[in-house]
Amino acid sequence: MNSNTAVAGGSGNTFQFLLQELKPRGPWLTPFNVISIPIILAGLVILVIRFIYGLGSVTNLSQEFPWGLWLGFDVVTGVALAGGAYVITFVVYVLRVEKYYPIVRVTVLNGLLAYMFYGGALLFELGRPWHAANPFIGNSFGFSSVLFLICWHFMIYMVAAFVEFSPVIAEWLHWEKTRKFLKSLTLGAVILGVTLSMLHQSGLGAFFLMAKPKVHPLWWSDFLPILFFVSSIYAGLAMIIFEGTISHRVFKDLIGPEHHHSFEDIMLGLAKGAAITMFVYYVFKALLFIHGKQWSLINDGWGYWYLLEVIGFVLVPAFMFAFGFRNRSLNTIRIASVLALLGIILNRLNVSIITFKWYETVHYYPTWQEIVVTLMVIFSEIWFFRWVVTRMPVLNARH
Amino acid sequence: MDRRGFLKSTLIASTAALAGSEAQADETQIPEEMVGVLVDTTRCIGCRACEVACGEQNGLLVPDVLNDGALESHRDTSDKQFMVVNKYETDKGNVFVKKQCMHCYQAGCAAACPTEAMHKNSQGPVTWDGDKCIGCRYCMISCPFDIPKFEYGEWNPKIVKCTLCFDRLEAGKKPACVEACPTDTLMFGSMVKNLEVARHRIYSHPDKYVHQIYGEHEAGGTAYIYLSAVPFDQLGFRTDLGRTPYPEYTREFLYAVPAVLFSVPAFLLGLNALTGNGKSDNEGDRDFDYSDDGEEQ
Repeated sequence: MNSNTAVAGGSGNTFQFLLQELKPRGPWLTPFNVISIPIILAGLVILVIRFIYGLGSVTNLSQEFPWGLWLGFDVVTGVALAGGAYVITFVVYVLRVEKYYPIVRVTVLNGLLAYMFYGGALLFELGRPWHAANPFIGNSFGFSSVLFLICWHFMIYMVAAFVEFSPVIAEWLHWEKTRKFLKSLTLGAVILGVTLSMLHQSGLGAFFLMAKPKVHPLWWSDFLPILFFVSSIYAGLAMIIFEGTISHRVFKDLIGPEHHHSFEDIMLGLAKGAAITMFVYYVFKALLFIHGKQWSLINDGWGYWYLLEVIGFVLVPAFMFAFGFRNRSLNTIRIASVLALLGIILNRLNVSIITFKWYETVHYYPTWQEIVVTLMVIFSEIWFFRWVVTRMPVLNARH
Repeated sequence: MDRRGFLKSTLIASTAALAGSEAQADETQIPEEMVGVLVDTTRCIGCRACEVACGEQNGLLVPDVLNDGALESHRDTSDKQFMVVNKYETDKGNVFVKKQCMHCYQAGCAAACPTEAMHKNSQGPVTWDGDKCIGCRYCMISCPFDIPKFEYGEWNPKIVKCTLCFDRLEAGKKPACVEACPTDTLMFGSMVKNLEVARHRIYSHPDKYVHQIYGEHEAGGTAYIYLSAVPFDQLGFRTDLGRTPYPEYTREFLYAVPAVLFSVPAFLLGLNALTGNGKSDNEGDRDFDYSDDGEEQ
């Protein structure tokens, strides 16, 4: 049971309760802490250097390669991996499929944190972040810009996701009336969130439409927005399976016994959904390839790299998801989810970094500082996630 | 591409009412007052007086033309130089080519900019406003000519590119590089008139020039246009950019946004109503609460 029975009395004690909750719990010297704390500290030092001496002091960004790991991975890939939140809220709140209720809270939390941390990573990737509010205020609205659209959608989506998650916070604080009110906002927030997600997931693909002469023709397409949107669906589902598998082990004390039964069913359902979406995506990719008459491009290094991505990390995991669903094999599904996630990372990095200016002799690769800062973003998100799930009723309604 | 055309017409038809105000002006009619520069590479002697004038005018690097040996390699513009002159060895001898912002008639960088810091002025120059810029470098990604440069070594970096000497134009003067040119390689004037002059030169000397004006159609047309005696791909120009103005590539997507923004929520609300069991949502306080141990009272 919760240790904070004293709080139920009234809001006057909320402050003390929050102080209580801010204190760390559990042992400090876990393997995760030992690895993540030095990396987070190192990342902060690198960011200080970056803000004094400029982006060039810690990154390999150049006039030829203005976008690197921070944008290609943190923002473009991170947001795709957060797609699970809009898929699951759609299924649960709009379609009312009750089977997936147990994972709604944790998935929304994951989505919200991904946007906060990965979207937040934009701030140190921007050259002049002190102007970051400009797209939102004043008369400098770049209506013709995809990035303008994405900035707004990120902001509004974060609010929508926060509203979706807010009943959990109210429940944690024992604000029963507030919780009921916030709960009544959920459907509206979900519908807004799903719509915005459709637009900004595809918007991340539209980012690269104007880079037509620079992205390898096997990856550039008029239909990049649709490809990015469809793949974000299975990226989100695979991420829920992957993340669910881990939290199921790490936080198993927090999960009530009734959840262990439904867990397998949920995973199988997600696998089926992922398999179908991936087959659709694969057929679409194949159609674009055939219609674009791109056979001449396939017989070199880039062609093989393309085949590896599309067959090895889309078609193969799609079959594995289907196989795992038919045979109720959770292990197959887990491996498939890892492959599918690698495929998403590969695809987003291929479009945004790897095949970008494939014709240049000297190509961008990230510095160790860029990698450390990326790890810092991921680890701090996990820290925050862990803090929330060990305190708020996320994995289980009451603990 | 037929499918793209189909998609485009469908989207435009479905969002015409909503996006009408966003639609851009007619692309084919270039206004008379838009200015540009005609570069006749057959006249250039590679003296780089334009580079010096540009550096002095804009407070940037002023090259030591006699001693720096810069023509030995192919340079790019940089965060220190708005423009450079490069030497290309061709079958018709050495050809010198000035490289700078092309000032596209429909500029990809300006369309990409989320804050309109990159702005296409009505007279033609594409300029940058530091008070608006957030430093996202999307202009660099979207420019087909890779012109905008970024100060990676600064804590408060600027986007650096040719302004077509916007300040001088305001004062009724020509761009500094044009004024410095001793051989009439550079000709400043109305875009429309420059094109006529360029065509006239090709007609008058059909054996001297290749029958192409680079920039007439590239990326939808640019304010800087080039004449040459040798095919342009021998002079470091990209000839695979296509005739589509670059903002076109994302315009279709942006047209679809209002349609999605209004139709999808309506669809989802309907879907939600259809799947309901007849009760209103408030009645049951649909809380997805899984514990059976009840509320703590």
